[in-house]
Amino acid sequence: MIVIGGSWGGCDALGEILRRLPRDFALPVVVVLHRHRESEGLLQPVLQRTSALPVVEPEDKTIVEPGYVYICPPDYHLTLQGNYFSLIADELVNFARPSIDVLFESAAEWYRERTIAVVLSGGGSDGAAGAARIQAAGGRVIVQNPESAVMASMPAAALARTGTRDVYEVPAIAELLIRLSVSTIK
Amino acid sequence: MNGPRDQPRTPEDAFASPIADGDELQDLRALLDTVHQRTGIDFRQYSYSSLRRRATRAAQEANAASIAGLHQSIKTDDATLALLIRMLTVHTTAMFRDPTFFRALREHVVPVLRTYPFVRVWVAGCSTGEEVYSLAILLHEEGLAERCRIYATDLSDTVLDRARAGVFPLAPMQEYSRNYQLAGGLKPFSEYFSADSQSVVFSRKLRENVVFGTHNLVSDESFNEFHLILCRNVLIYFQRELQERVHRLFHESLINFGYLGLGRSEAVRFSAYRDCYDVVAARERIFRKIK
Repeated sequence: MIVIGGSWGGCDALGEILRRLPRDFALPVVVVLHRHRESEGLLQPVLQRTSALPVVEPEDKTIVEPGYVYICPPDYHLTLQGNYFSLIADELVNFARPSIDVLFESAAEWYRERTIAVVLSGGGSDGAAGAARIQAAGGRVIVQNPESAVMASMPAAALARTGTRDVYEVPAIAELLIRLSVSTIK
Repeated sequence: MNGPRDQPRTPEDAFASPIADGDELQDLRALLDTVHQRTGIDFRQYSYSSLRRRATRAAQEANAASIAGLHQSIKTDDATLALLIRMLTVHTTAMFRDPTFFRALREHVVPVLRTYPFVRVWVAGCSTGEEVYSLAILLHEEGLAERCRIYATDLSDTVLDRARAGVFPLAPMQEYSRNYQLAGGLKPFSEYFSADSQSVVFSRKLRENVVFGTHNLVSDESFNEFHLILCRNVLIYFQRELQERVHRLFHESLINFGYLGLGRSEAVRFSAYRDCYDVVAARERIFRKIK
């Protein structure tokens, strides 16, 4: 299970990653990008153009399948609940809905050490607490290099909170995800 | 890493098989059992993700160290129990939330409702009533209010009292006003309420044809036949079995060719009733019962 969070600058970084993932990539990729609540339907086609994998906005109770990229719809929190998505419309978390922490915490809970979290460019610190939960559950936390991110604070906060050694430029993040997905399948 | 142990657990296992912090799951289960015993309200088939977040927050607000601590207090402390119920039942809502939904109602549903001499509408899980007043405004502007009756139900008396009063905080009114315009509103939004420095009171005429009443989607049955049912962002809080129960309830409660409006991320396609509906507006989640 790969969970990715980002905000300002995160969309471009995500596009870069998706562009590099091969058609036979065999893990589900679940993404929360902070976005305006009336932006429904705008992000999916943009990302689909860069991705060999199908990019979809999941609905409540959509089953999670490998090889799909799931983009959180605006104005809902996206959580994993076993093998399906559960969307919730509860109050903002870290001033955001969707919130990255909410997704990450649910991934930690259900997928534990099988979770790989990626924190991309963005402002604020959403995702840091969730990344720490994933790390504590035995999962792996990858952070975009804050020095070259469009906005440093979100990856920097995740780095400070977890002390992860997996700090990379975007192309290297994609390579690592491919490597991890192959070793996971074996 | 591919043994059976690594299979994601099925949703039905949510309470049965502890995951990362299994004690907390069992604590949550025990908490909900006590809530059920003490109040008769059964949250055990609610969606786990939301329950857990809300119970954790209720524990914080009640100065309990954990869900287990909260459980201890609600056994004897009625105020804390009421706080928990409130936090588990209230859901985020807004007036004219998703303005295009209301625009689609005007375009696709209202013209058909006009053809009936009398129209019954059910707003299921109406919470504090924002959606009810939005719909009432729309029906007034379309000249349908006189021959419409809106049945607005929720399981919680507390939120129904607030809905009945028609008093809302002032702060979000600017946003609601914008939503209203985007939804195809025909007047200045401020015509519908009077405001003081803190709050607004919506016009009494809007609720003349509204009946507020208690109804629990978990345990209560159908109580009438409706031309339109709105239930937006309520089903997401339910696990699949409970969702299916509610789909059955809605199907039973709709007249033939009646309309069902759901929330943005909600679908009938995961339900056994999916073939019973035509899609009227896919993006707005408006469906029409065809069998």
